[in-house]
Amino acid sequence: MSSYKHSVTLDVSKCKGCTNCIKRCPTEAIRVRDGHAIIKEDKCIDCGECIRVCPYQAKKAIFDKFEDFADYKYKIALPAPALYGQFEELDDVDYILTALLECGFDAVFEVSRAAELVTEYTRRYMKREGIEKPVISSACPAIVRLIALRFPYLADNLLPLVPPIEYAAMLARKEALEAHPELNDDDICVMFLSPCPAKISYVKNPLGVKKSAVTGSLAINDFYFKIRAKRKEIKTPLQLSKTGIIGLNWAGTGGEATSLFSDRYLAADGIENCIHVLDEIENGTIHNLEFVELNACNGGCVGGTLNVENPYIAKARLRSLRKYLPISRNHPQSEAPLPEDIFLDDFDKILSGVGKSALSEDRMMAIAKMSEVESIYKALPHLDCGSCGAPNCHALAEDIIKGEADEGDCLIKLRENYGKRD
Amino acid sequence: MSERVNFHFEIDGENFTSAGEASVRIKKHLRDMGFSPDTIRRVSVAMYEGEINMVIHANGGSADVDVYVDRIEITLADKGPGISNIELAMQEGYSTAPDNIRSLGFGAGMGLPNMKRYTDNMKIESEVGKGTTIYMTVNV
Repeated sequence: MSSYKHSVTLDVSKCKGCTNCIKRCPTEAIRVRDGHAIIKEDKCIDCGECIRVCPYQAKKAIFDKFEDFADYKYKIALPAPALYGQFEELDDVDYILTALLECGFDAVFEVSRAAELVTEYTRRYMKREGIEKPVISSACPAIVRLIALRFPYLADNLLPLVPPIEYAAMLARKEALEAHPELNDDDICVMFLSPCPAKISYVKNPLGVKKSAVTGSLAINDFYFKIRAKRKEIKTPLQLSKTGIIGLNWAGTGGEATSLFSDRYLAADGIENCIHVLDEIENGTIHNLEFVELNACNGGCVGGTLNVENPYIAKARLRSLRKYLPISRNHPQSEAPLPEDIFLDDFDKILSGVGKSALSEDRMMAIAKMSEVESIYKALPHLDCGSCGAPNCHALAEDIIKGEADEGDCLIKLRENYGKRD
Repeated sequence: MSERVNFHFEIDGENFTSAGEASVRIKKHLRDMGFSPDTIRRVSVAMYEGEINMVIHANGGSADVDVYVDRIEITLADKGPGISNIELAMQEGYSTAPDNIRSLGFGAGMGLPNMKRYTDNMKIESEVGKGTTIYMTVNV
């Protein structure tokens, strides 16, 4: 996992060492040491909660710039459907797609088009015999990584199909090569317009495909103003959009699940809610579910930290945008019910980190260490105040055993001991 | 070979909405010690069912989880009404849960049978009017 390339990072010069992010991180991946935060890379799922909560904008996402790809002959924009919700008084997606061409892209391929195909393939996959139910969506990369790290038992329930972002890039390349036979695959650059850091991380660390067909990721909030300026100049947009209601609905929670036409689904958003749902599924306490859609961000992808607009406003705009659109405008062409290229391979890799203990590789050592953790924990004040730099007292006890902290880091204990000396 | 770590939980009988918390916490600890997902699942399901039972029937109690290299022992003890007919209680579908609990989806009569199914060994000691203690072992 050490080779994992994260997109959530810290600007040390801006970090004041407050405890907002450590308390909010769903995987306890952040500590404050020497006056500033550090992110434990092996635990971070790039969900972006710390970016949301940091009062000093010290947490940020690493993303690419359009100019970084100047050398490519042919540039394709891959807009996430959440992008369309960012613009006021928009009555046609084509304005945004045309504006993207004006920004310098040679072509656009809507991720929502691929989403409609993935939806159809998911319906077919759900009919297969012998698959683990409920099937859990693999579209949110923060959730996939969360499952790998914290709910490995549920890895078999993950939908083993290529997520829309990847499928869109594959189809976009194919379309470009067909339209321009003079191009080589290496001449093409596919840029995803991302609503969140998790999807940027996905592009750098794809799961189930050897190398992502996406070349790089732009942040919606970084590229937004360029699109906005170009949009204003457009009188008559080109007819570019090939998305229906289903494709646009993927931008918000429930979009993916409801399009499967089964009422035995669960759709949750917000990372804490998702963790709770996964706990319940793992315990086997939710029955008769066919499909589970989980989105790390509130509201779904429109709630990603790299958006400009409030997720609920964006959702309302998408609702009016999809009015009078066909249900779906993308239908599988292939003869086979499920073509080979829609499946993720070596998906088992997701389980590669399992069984490796956080405390020790050796079970006996791990138990001995855990025993020490518990005795240290018992002596701590159980206030979970975070002033030691760990998110709670148990995490501090674990850090002490790992040699990353000591009991003196606990300010409450320090004060107690100070009193005794007097 | 006697390495052992104990986790002790007080199960609050007054707070039905927090039932199941100990199961979630033990899951995290077992993961940190590198147990297999299957073992973790068996322990957490058995714990979960036991917790719910203690809250529904016995106004809470205590749970002790002792982790050894080769096995995990769970002891659930309460001072509830006791089980008058253990054989009957062990039957799938037999339940004495009140209606308000059933409306939440509990009380299907699968608690004790599930605890037996997910563990390698289960022993119930119960005295009417005094309370119940359940010992379970999950072999690794």
